[in-house]
Parts: sequence; structure tokens; C-alpha cells
Amino acid sequence: MKEILISSLLGIVILTADILKLRKVVFAVVLLGLAALAGSCIMDWGHNEIPFAEKGKMLIFDNFALAFTFVISVVSFLWFFMTKESFSSNTTRTDLYALAAFSICGAVVMVSYSNLVMLFLGVEILSIPVYVLAASDKKSFVSNEAGFKYFFLGAVASAFLLFGIALIYGACGSFDLNIITEKITAVGSMPGLFIVGSMLILAGFAFKISVAPFHMWAPDVYQGSPTVITAFMATIVKAAAFGGMFRLFSTTLSPMLAQYALVFALMTGLTLIVANVIATRQTNSKRLLAYSSVSHAGFMLGAVMMASSMHYKYLIYYVFTYSIASLTAFTALNHVSVFQGGDESTDAFKGLVKRNPVMAGAVTVSLLSMAGIPPLSGFMAKYFVISNVLNGGHIWLVIIMILTSVVAMYYYLKLIIAMFTPLENAGRIAVSGAQKMMYVLMTILLVALFFGASALEVVKW
Amino acid sequence: MLALLLIAIPVLMAGASFLLGPKLAKPLAFITGIAELLLTLVCIWIFQKGDTGHLLQFNKQWIGPLGMTFNFALDGISLVMCLLTALVSVLVIYSSYNRSFRNPHVFYGLLLLMAGSMIGAFTTSDGMMFYIFYEFALIPIYFICLIWGRGEQKSQVTLKFFLYTLFGSLFMLVSLLYVYRFAGSFELSKMYAAGQAMSTAEQGLVFAGFFIAFAVKIPVFPLHTWQPATYDMAPTAGTMMLGGIMLKMATYGIIRLILPMVPDGVSEYGHWAIALCAISVVYASMMAITQKRYKLLLAYSSVAHVGLLAAGILSNNAQGIQGGVMEMLSHGILTVGLFFVVDILESRMGHDNIDKMGGIREVNPLFAFLFFAIVMGSVALPATSGFVGEFLLLLGLNQYSPILTAVAGLTVVLGAVYMLRSFQSMMLGAANAATATFAALTKHEKTVLIIVVVLVIVLGVYPSPILELSNTSVENLLPGVH
Repeated sequence: MKEILISSLLGIVILTADILKLRKVVFAVVLLGLAALAGSCIMDWGHNEIPFAEKGKMLIFDNFALAFTFVISVVSFLWFFMTKESFSSNTTRTDLYALAAFSICGAVVMVSYSNLVMLFLGVEILSIPVYVLAASDKKSFVSNEAGFKYFFLGAVASAFLLFGIALIYGACGSFDLNIITEKITAVGSMPGLFIVGSMLILAGFAFKISVAPFHMWAPDVYQGSPTVITAFMATIVKAAAFGGMFRLFSTTLSPMLAQYALVFALMTGLTLIVANVIATRQTNSKRLLAYSSVSHAGFMLGAVMMASSMHYKYLIYYVFTYSIASLTAFTALNHVSVFQGGDESTDAFKGLVKRNPVMAGAVTVSLLSMAGIPPLSGFMAKYFVISNVLNGGHIWLVIIMILTSVVAMYYYLKLIIAMFTPLENAGRIAVSGAQKMMYVLMTILLVALFFGASALEVVKW
Repeated sequence: MLALLLIAIPVLMAGASFLLGPKLAKPLAFITGIAELLLTLVCIWIFQKGDTGHLLQFNKQWIGPLGMTFNFALDGISLVMCLLTALVSVLVIYSSYNRSFRNPHVFYGLLLLMAGSMIGAFTTSDGMMFYIFYEFALIPIYFICLIWGRGEQKSQVTLKFFLYTLFGSLFMLVSLLYVYRFAGSFELSKMYAAGQAMSTAEQGLVFAGFFIAFAVKIPVFPLHTWQPATYDMAPTAGTMMLGGIMLKMATYGIIRLILPMVPDGVSEYGHWAIALCAISVVYASMMAITQKRYKLLLAYSSVAHVGLLAAGILSNNAQGIQGGVMEMLSHGILTVGLFFVVDILESRMGHDNIDKMGGIREVNPLFAFLFFAIVMGSVALPATSGFVGEFLLLLGLNQYSPILTAVAGLTVVLGAVYMLRSFQSMMLGAANAATATFAALTKHEKTVLIIVVVLVIVLGVYPSPILELSNTSVENLLPGVH
């Protein structure tokens, strides 16, 4: 209950701060709000709160929702910290902060819904601010293009989702997840409307999480948006979308998951192959990271595919480690490209080890983590998914996962080699002390989470 | 407990080296190496006393439901491998003592990190931990090659090296996961039981996965193509680590993972693997004969020697495995010696072209003598460590198949051809203009070479401590083997 209040109030407070000329404190307010959000998740742990219960079960803050909210708030906290210096002018900063906060509120709704209407509301609250954020570099042509593209395709995806929800309502007569589940188990088989509806919902989600064959928008939008916004989309938006998807497919739609496992497996395999192969040909590092992000969506879809038998803690772990690694990579890319006058090619990274060793070290570790090299947390994350998929008996998918990991290593190494290639007459890329500490912190987190993976067994989920 | 300490010392000191900066890097690394060596000797002493209990073992659950444990155990084979790692690390660190590097603290830090993770692979008794250490050892050496390597092509060469070995080791991951499905745990003792219970065909597949992973690292023909170029461009210390210790993780993996886990698979399909190793021996020896540059010659010679090593171990009998353990130690020491010789030649001549040298013995007889002693070890002359290892390997292989022994045994003959011919053309004859000014060995160079020669001869004359150390453990690990 507190979570939804905190996250929605946060956006309103930031907006008011702009009016009341309190721009100086807005950053502190954001951090405080997100810390409160994370704190309330810990306090409510295990309570299974159902806010506004007398109006019907709209939201439920069970451990699943709290865990995802916690991860989302921590990642947002890190995101605000990492990108603070990139929002240079104070005027737009408050607006953008407010938009981001509203989007986070949508993310909270999306992982805690207990009613399909709330799912749709969550998706929209999450997406609409991000459309604006994508186009927030008003004078840039590509940024406008990105916002436009994202909006149109996002709207189509939402339409799919809504149509799917409508059909499921038609089949079961309710939006409530529990009632739908009861109806389906009572009937014993899935009515045709239910199957079509859930397929449409799957397509809608596939758009949002950008898996093949619905991934086409992602590279363009990721490349066009301002880099800090790309980092937001690649981490927080994705985490929320996967949270929402896992909730639906681990409970209400789990009979559908069992019957259409092949569809999921094919989508996962296709995503991994397409994204990784195309990524090897990229010379723009932002686009390269965009494809890498799509390929990680493939892995996470593998986790959703096993949703009925797999515990969500493994998905949370994947989302968290992936978010940290990508946040580091995108922020560094932002620093480098700003310094290079907007150059985002892989060559822009040349000589980074001399120009800023801390940043180069952090990016190297985060790329190696994304590639799944032990002892970095990315290895554990991939391992958890792979072993669950293997237990599900999809050996060919495991082989695709492993082979594409080698391909992925190739393009990550391309960036790493660029960083370690000496460059004559290159100036230092200076970052503030706080920023430096953040890079160090991210590196430590990536290593610590590997050894801390056993904590997954300690927590009572 | 001590096993954990063996891993922790180099890893922690690597961190210290990164933080303390370039000034202290060399002494810090050297002291760490010595400490590691002493600790290994203490472990061996404890083991000889018969105490295999809590001091040498460490067991802890890590990620319970997924079967990962934090298990370490030191048995005879592991101890020999730790001895090899510690000894070679000390030699590598000491031999690079007088060379100057950019950022020595990072260089030695990475070197120690690599040593630590290899010790981890040698001491763990959990399949997944082995994989993790095996894989992680790649990262430091990759950066050593990328940053301190030489030549225009170094980024391509290191890329190939990294992707090739990563690609190989992922097959091991598949095999491990496959056995894990039956074992329910990555603990090696449980994996052995599960592996042995599988059908022969399944065992063959698991065997194939493991073998591909190890064949890339060893390397065995036709998966060796990354090796010569990488050895060539890596800095000398990196080459020593690669050839001296790193590839031993793969041959150790054959003993620790393949032989006890899939015995039926090995007896059914092992001849394919051994045949590949035999081809590898002959092919690499031929390639070595044609080389014009000494470093490349040594790279191919290494492929030939480890081909025999892998073949002997895969023959799956006591002589073969014992010989394998002995040869791993001997080959590690010899690799350091030979690549150090290349380093000396390059530092004085500026190249390692065999034909452009000659007559160095006249100018510098001491160097030629020490070099000759190392060459003798490499061609397995009796009373050198190379002889003990290779003799036992051939003996073991002979029990398996006399024909393959005849093929693989060519390594001794062909080895003599290329080693002696190259020695002759570099050291003997009349000195030319370039070699006439060949400077005397520095004190430091002398020390390294003498230590190597002494070790080669001592281990050749009196190998029984090493053989006894590993004997009981080989019998424990492979009860059916005799």
C-alpha cells in the first residue's frame, strides 16, 4: 500500500517543486523518495497487503511485487545518481525527473497488479512518460524520431494487449486474475477465446520487452534517445515489463505456458540468434548495446518460459545484475560520447584505459558480466536460467544459449579491445569524484552479487 | 582450510598489488610466490604425515538447491599441481625481475590472480567450481596478452585465443550440466557415481564435450590453431604461464573429470581421442622442424609434448596417469627454461631467427651449456625429468595400443631432430658479426637458468617423492586402474 502512494506522490512532489522554485532540493527529494520506496518494500515483506480491498482486488503487494518494486527502486536510485550530471539545465531537469518518477510509479503498478485492468493501466503509466523522455532532446532529429517511433509502436503493442485482455474477459467474464484462474481450472480446458487472448497478450508483452520478432523498434529507439534515457529504458522499463509478464504467466496463464512452450522456446532462440548475430556487425556502440539488450531479453524470456516451474528469484537476480551492468555501460558511453562531441562509434572508446582507468575498468567488468564470465554475477544469472531451461528438457535451446554466448563475447570483446588500444594525444575524460565512486560501486556490486548468489536461498521468498 | 588459504593468498595479494602501485609490485609478487611455495610444501608435509582431515579439506554448501558447493580438497595429484603452479609462478616472477614493464603493479597483479584461480581449479572437488576457476583464469591472461603483447596483430590474435578457448570450455559446461541432471549436485563424488551409472552412449557424449573443451586448451590437433600465434605475441612471462601451467588445467581435468566420471565412454571411444593426440604429436613435430623462428618452434614443440601427455593419460592406466602427473611438472619447468632462453636471445639479438645466429657457444660457453642441459630435458634424455615423465607415458600408452605408441613415440625422435638442429645452428659453429658481441649472462639470468637445470636433473634422478605423492591418490581416484 505504502509503495504505490510513495511512488505516485514522488512524481507530484517533483512537479510541485518546479512551481515552488525549489529546484535545488529536487534531487535530494528523488533520492529520499526512492530510498523510502525501497525501505517500505523491506518493511512490508511477507504481509501480502491488498490495498483498496473493498473496491475489488486491484493490486496485491505480495512478496513477488515487493521484490520487483525493491529492485526497480534500487536500480532507479542508481540511475538517478549515475545520470545526475547529464541533465545539465535546471529547467528541464525537474520535468524529466517528474516524468521518470511517474514512469517508476507505472512500473510499481505493473508488477503488483491483481487485475488485468490494472495491468493495462500500469503499462500505460509506465510507457507514456517514456515516450516523452525518448523525445526529450528537443532539437535533435533522431531523438524526435525515436520518441515518435516508440510512441507509435508502443501504442500498437498496447492495443494488442488491450484486445487480448478484452478477449480473456469475454472468455471468463472477469478481469480478476484469481477468478480467471478459477474459471479455467473449473472448465479444465482453455476456451478458444482464451487462447487467442493470451496469444495477443503475449505479443503485446513481446513488444514491450523487445524480443524477436517484435524487437525491430528497439535498436532505433535506443540509438535515437538521449543515452541516459536509453539506460532507463533498457533497465527499469524492462524490469517492470518482465515482472508483469512473469506474474501473468506464472499464475493465470500458466496452462497456456505449458501448451505453447514451443512458441516461447522458438521466440527465445530466435531472439538470441538474431540479436547476437546482428550485433556483431554494429559499429555504433549504442546500437551494439541495444542489440545486446535485446539478446538479454531473450535470456529473460527463457526465464518466463519456465515461469510455471521456476522460482521468480532467478528472474529477479537476472534483471538486477543485467540492469547494473547495462547502467554502467550506457552511462560510460554517455560520458565518452559527450566528451567526443557526440561520437558514439566503437572507436570513441579507444584508449579509454588511459583516458579514464576507473571508467574503463568498470565498463570492462560490466561487459564481461553481460557476457557471462565467472566470477561475475552475469555468469550466475545466465547459469540459473540455463539450468532451469535444461530441467524443462529444452536441450536444443540450451545449446543455442551457449553458442550465442560465444558470439556475444565477440562483440563485447570488440569494445574491450577498443578501450585497451592506445590512442595518441588523447585527453583525459574527467568525471566528478561522486561519479567515479559510482563506477567503483557498480564494479564491486557485479563481483559481490556473484558470491552473494547464495543469499537467494537464504531469503524467505 | 589450507586449500582455501592457497587460493586466497595470491588473489588477495593481487588486489594489494593493484592498490599499492608500481613501486612495490615486483617484491610483493615475489614474496607472494615464495609464500605460496612454502605453504604448498607445508601442505605436502601434512599430507605425507597422513593427515587428510580438516586441514586439507574445506566443505561448505554454497547454493544448495542448485547443487553448488564450496568444496576443496588436497590430495596427492592436486598437491603436485599446486607445487607446479607455485614453482612456475615463482620462476616466472623472478625471471621477469629485470625486465621493465609499463604498469608493473597491474601486470604482476594479473599474474597472481591467474595463479590463484589455477590453484582453485587444481584443488576444488566441485565440478562447477572447477569450471568457474578454469574460465576465470582466462581473463587475466587475456589482458596480459592484450596489453603487454607485441606485434600489429595482437588484438586479433588475443580475440581468437579468447573466443576459441571460451567456445571450447562451454562444451564442458554442457557436459557438466548433463551429468548434473542425474547427480543432483556438482560435488565430484556424486557426479562420478551418476556419470558411471549412465549408458555408454551417454558417457560418450559427455566425454566428447569434456574432450573438446580440454583439446582446445591443451591444444590437440585440429583445435590448436590459436596456440602458436598466441605464444608468439604474448610477453615472455605470459607465454610461460600459458604453456607452463594453464594448459595443465586441461590435462588435470582429464584425470579429475573425464576418467572417473565416464570410464565406459573412455574405454569405448577413447581411441578416437588418443588417435587425435597421436596425430597432434606428429603434426606438431613436423611443423616444429620447419620453423625459422625459435619461439614458434617451441610453441609447436609444446603441442607435440602435451599431445603425448594427453594420450598417455587417456590410456587410463596407472603408468600413464603417473607419467602424466610427472610430465606436467617437468614440462612446466622446462617451458619456463626454454622461453627464458628465448627471452635472453631476443634481449641481446633483437630477434629469434634461428638461421641468423650461430657460434654463441664460443662467445658465451656458460649460456650454451645451461641451454644444452634444458634442451636435453626437453628431448627426454635419461636422468632428466623429461625422461621420467615421457617414459612412463609411453609405457602406459603401450599397454593400451602398441601402434599408437609407435606413432606418439615419434615425439622423442622428432623432438631430438628439431631441438638439436636448432641448438646446433644457434649455438655451435663460428660466431658471426651479430653474435660476436653476445653479452655475458647477468647474475639474475644465471640464477634462473641454474635453478631450472638443477630442478630438471634432480627430478630426473630422484623422481620418487613426486611419484609417491600422487600414487595413492591415483589409486583412490581410479580404483579400477592398475
